[in-house]
Amino acid sequence: MWNTLRFEASDTWAITKRNLLRYIRLPQLVFFSSIQPIIFLTLFNFVFGGALSHAGASLHGKYINYLLPGIMVQVTLFGGLQTGIGLARDINSGIIDRFRSLPMSRAAVLAGRTIADMIRNISVIIIMLIVGYLYGFRFYEGAFRGIAMILMLVSFGFAFSWVAAFLGMAVKDEETAQLAGFVFVFPMVFASAAFVPVASMASWLQHFANNQPITFAATAARGLAIGIPTDGAAWKLLLWIVGILVIFVPLSVMNYRKRA
Amino acid sequence: MSSEYAFEAKDVAKYFGDVKALDGVTLKAQQGKIFGLLGPNGAGKTTLVNMLSTLSEPTRGSLKVLGVDVVEHPDRVRRMIGLAGQFAAVDEYLTGEENIYMVGRLYHLSAKEARARTKTILEQMKLTDAAGRLAKTYSGGMRRRLDLGASLVAHPKILYLDEPTTGLDPQTRLDLWDTIRQLVREGTSILLTTQYLEEADELADHIAVIDRGKLIAEGTSSQLKAKLGGDVIEFELLKPSEQDEALQAVAHISKKKASYDDERHVITVPVGSDGSRKLAEVVRALDKADIAPHTLSLHQPSLDDVFLALTGNKASDIEEKPKPKKRGRH
Repeated sequence: MWNTLRFEASDTWAITKRNLLRYIRLPQLVFFSSIQPIIFLTLFNFVFGGALSHAGASLHGKYINYLLPGIMVQVTLFGGLQTGIGLARDINSGIIDRFRSLPMSRAAVLAGRTIADMIRNISVIIIMLIVGYLYGFRFYEGAFRGIAMILMLVSFGFAFSWVAAFLGMAVKDEETAQLAGFVFVFPMVFASAAFVPVASMASWLQHFANNQPITFAATAARGLAIGIPTDGAAWKLLLWIVGILVIFVPLSVMNYRKRA
Repeated sequence: MSSEYAFEAKDVAKYFGDVKALDGVTLKAQQGKIFGLLGPNGAGKTTLVNMLSTLSEPTRGSLKVLGVDVVEHPDRVRRMIGLAGQFAAVDEYLTGEENIYMVGRLYHLSAKEARARTKTILEQMKLTDAAGRLAKTYSGGMRRRLDLGASLVAHPKILYLDEPTTGLDPQTRLDLWDTIRQLVREGTSILLTTQYLEEADELADHIAVIDRGKLIAEGTSSQLKAKLGGDVIEFELLKPSEQDEALQAVAHISKKKASYDDERHVITVPVGSDGSRKLAEVVRALDKADIAPHTLSLHQPSLDDVFLALTGNKASDIEEKPKPKKRGRH
């Protein structure tokens, strides 16, 4: 029992390390995890900020206070998508078959991938917070709640990684995984409170936007960072995170085991 | 355990929907030898290797590696095997050293053991100088050696080499052959799949020929050659219309039937061991019948000839299934 657990941990660490090394060494991945989010943040803040802050998307008088928590949700979800893309790439390169022929843990390849993507997400969030601070963002609720916000976003991204893992193994192709992810994530992010208040949307869309996890995540993040009323968004998000993990972790591991 | 076979397949079949990748194959491989599995693309070689590596399960039949059933105890099988193949499964963004060390750890060697083995393997595979470079900078041959090295890190009792030299230049192929021979001398049992008769001939102690999922011949290299009747004489017709006449003219030369390939307009006469004498006979017979061949040659049977003789089809005629980039085929 002890040995099994030890091997689960050491296998997962070996794969995590491998994925992190790839992230550091692959220039396009460094770009997607640092430059791209900064571009998003800059464009949104300076292009839409003026108009949107007059339309109610403003906290403590600044759009950046509204935007940053929301855009960090988007960025952690995109980070989670990388899990599926990376897995599909590994399946095609043949290295997954090598892993599957080894006497290693059947969960480690997936766990090592999702954990590496989570660590990467933490670094992306830190980069965005630094740039956000330069653009005028401030935590109004103290360091403790600020850290809670970061942990909450990272957990949401981690849970989403397992959805992406499942998708990536199902489509088995890098480009399709990327496309499937974006087709699904983009509308979800825009039809949420990530960038604009839900009250400003078409009325038929408001019902959906008000009840989907990305809105819970953005609202809860704002609650922890700035201190707005959230109507229990953090708890609703927690339910989503647990629900996603309970369904997609076993499903993905089962799929990995069976893939043949 | 020494009485066990390296691997044993009993009536193994694997279907992918309607496609019968393997259709009832029975094989036994001795320990400490090279078992050659010869066949064209799409014959079912990789399908068998994948099942022996626990990557997929047979639709029917049983497969054992050193007496252990691959479906019932996949994890015990995984501890005894090494897998290397045509799609070198190395991580391009890790160095050669990192690749081997990682696989060593995943075989659950201790960190110290894995480090020591990595060093030995790098030397054995002549990669010590390139150990610190990313694998993406490696040449095709180096990549193949790295892949092979990674599969050897935990001293596998049986090693699967799935078309290890496909796509390599001749010199690199010869080097890899030497490495493979060295492994067998050290006691490893090897399953080698190949499309090249020459490679099976050169390396394998025992050869099984498969085609479209079925075993069509089995034996040592010399047994197979005897079965094929040794040398063949081929000549290309100037006028394809003369095929019947030509077949008639050479009919008395060999006990085995001559055949005609209507794509290349080539007549093939299997002539056994006294090829050069028969060559003169063919020339005389054609001259007598007043048929002028375009080309005329005497040679050892090629893979094409093997398939022609055993199945009546040319290997190259066999429809090639669209091949996925990855090794696993479904």
